[in-house]
Amino acid sequence: MDLKEKLISDYRLHESKLNGFARGKIYNIKLDAERYFELLGFPNRKQEDWRFTNVNPIITNNYNYDLGAQPQISEEDLQNFLVPGLKANTIVFINGIYSDKHSKIITEKGKAYIGTIKDTQKSNKELIEKYFAGNADYKTDGFTALNTAYMNDGVFIHVSKNTEIKEPVLILNITDSSKGEIMYHPRVLLVAGESSKVSLIEIYESDGENFSFSNAVTEIYSENNSEVHYYKIQNECDKSYHVGTTQVRQERDSRFNSLTVSWGGSVIRNNLNASLQNKGADTIMKGLFIASGNQQIDNHTLVDHASPYCHSNELYKGIMDENSNGVFNGKIMVRKDAQKTNAYQMNKNIILSKSALVNSKPQLEIFADDVKCSHGATTGQLDNEQLFYLKARGIGEKEGKKLLLYAFANEILEDIPIDDLKVYLEKKLSEKLEKK
Amino acid sequence: MLSIKNLRASIHGKEILKGINLEVKAGEVHAIMGPNGSGKSTLASVLAGKEGYDVTSGEVIYKGKNLFDYSPEDRAREGIFLAFQYPVEIPGVSTTNFLKTAINEKRKYLGQQPLSSVDFLKMLKAKAKFVELDTEMTSRAVNVGFSGGEKKRNEIFQLAMMNPDLSILDETDSGLDIDALRIVAEGVNKLKTKDNAFVIITHYQRLLNYIVPDYVHVLSDGQIVTSGGKELALKLEELGYDWVEDLADAK
Repeated sequence: MDLKEKLISDYRLHESKLNGFARGKIYNIKLDAERYFELLGFPNRKQEDWRFTNVNPIITNNYNYDLGAQPQISEEDLQNFLVPGLKANTIVFINGIYSDKHSKIITEKGKAYIGTIKDTQKSNKELIEKYFAGNADYKTDGFTALNTAYMNDGVFIHVSKNTEIKEPVLILNITDSSKGEIMYHPRVLLVAGESSKVSLIEIYESDGENFSFSNAVTEIYSENNSEVHYYKIQNECDKSYHVGTTQVRQERDSRFNSLTVSWGGSVIRNNLNASLQNKGADTIMKGLFIASGNQQIDNHTLVDHASPYCHSNELYKGIMDENSNGVFNGKIMVRKDAQKTNAYQMNKNIILSKSALVNSKPQLEIFADDVKCSHGATTGQLDNEQLFYLKARGIGEKEGKKLLLYAFANEILEDIPIDDLKVYLEKKLSEKLEKK
Repeated sequence: MLSIKNLRASIHGKEILKGINLEVKAGEVHAIMGPNGSGKSTLASVLAGKEGYDVTSGEVIYKGKNLFDYSPEDRAREGIFLAFQYPVEIPGVSTTNFLKTAINEKRKYLGQQPLSSVDFLKMLKAKAKFVELDTEMTSRAVNVGFSGGEKKRNEIFQLAMMNPDLSILDETDSGLDIDALRIVAEGVNKLKTKDNAFVIITHYQRLLNYIVPDYVHVLSDGQIVTSGGKELALKLEELGYDWVEDLADAK
């Protein structure tokens, strides 16, 4: 029995555990999503969107849905996974199960609601039902359908109108596969109210000798004039698979600013989709991916300009070493009514070995006639002239490469407005490059 | 300090240096002049260890050791400095960070402790003043967005920071206006001591109005065809390089 068949046949079992969702709207959505998963299944490389990434390694494992008692984590290990010095609303999940012990909310209640989806089902049912699955479409994507059907819990954030949350919301997903193969489905729903401002940080960490698979969906609603900063940081080990979709809906004059940093995990596929639904919306997407060994990192982005006077700017950079495989697929859609659109996209990659590979694919689909759009992609090796210049000043090959790669990658990190996060990522970047 | 004996080198199978002989002692300033294509820049590149050149015969002894036993970075750490004809832009790396890394790599090689940030910054300020460089430039990415003159001045600034024993200036004067030329020359004059040496490679005589060489060598078609004192530069200015080519033909 393959993974799809197993999942379908086990769904009744899973359903019986859904008591937290009672028989309400979300329950019905989940049943519907399960039907769509049966229809859609897992994608294969014949599908254009999955041409460069083979999901077979992900779906040929015999995952467990849970590993009995919730794995524990020591305070010391937890601190290693967090961002040093950062004051944040911290929500910790271990193998997809909420850990109350390690989580804490510090933002005052009136400013924002921050809670688990399970709790919100009880305390704020109507509010979550209004938004849940309204943005991430499970009817067209098998992984999203699977997440929607199988998700058990997650995080719901609702930021009140005219409110700025100074402390970011940090969601730490820890995978512990030491007791067996594990699959889980992280889910986040963020609603940034009118003229609000919030930062959401998702960090993925994993440990353990068995394979794991996290299949995530994050939905973001950015209401009129709101500002959302979204960070996704992937630090997983080489036994971890991850597929994630972040679906963003932007209303009038909203600003969505994202950074995706992927440098840990075996196979990673990120879908980041922003839909600019109303005038004056602004989208910035930045990404950094660094891979070695047999890692595969696939970033798919979509900026859907569905309204006039919107602006988007995208910059992704990759560094590929050894046998690693990178993908950047950036689609910009400018719909017929989206006049006066400004859309820019750039992808730059450095390849450090003969057997590393990057597939860079910009896709522009423009149906409006009064727009400014541009895209570019470069893939190359480190510049020998630059390396020699450094050597001529006494900086050896190893140190010189590190300096040049750091400079290349740091363009992505240097504008991070949260100082502690910036320091944390720059330090991780140095450590990554130390091994090159 | 530097002894070049019958050095022959080629690039892509084409011989460029055809038997160079040169002795440079501590405290001396040597000028190497010659027309385009005579091999001046190849000589600088071979000494600095740039890839792509094949040394086919001859030897270069630096401080008593075979220069070609050293990697390019070790040559720099041993005190050789090449001021580039075309300084390379390095986006994202500030001059400060670049020089701090360079100096500490050299110190590590020499078995010395790394320089503290305070000491480094003191030195940076002092040397910048020395070569009349705005310290604001040192916080910018190496050579990025610099004018030709700024790039050359930045080379001399790096030279001052690295404090080398043997400096090779590869056409540092090319593309400089008269003010920049004066600043570069004054920098070199101030950095000159009895313990270090300079090899100044130039096409034009005008730099030698400001930096007075002890010896002038004329390079033509991969060989030094004549050597003399500073007056040789003036003769070249007067007679032009045709005269040199006649010399080469005679040889």
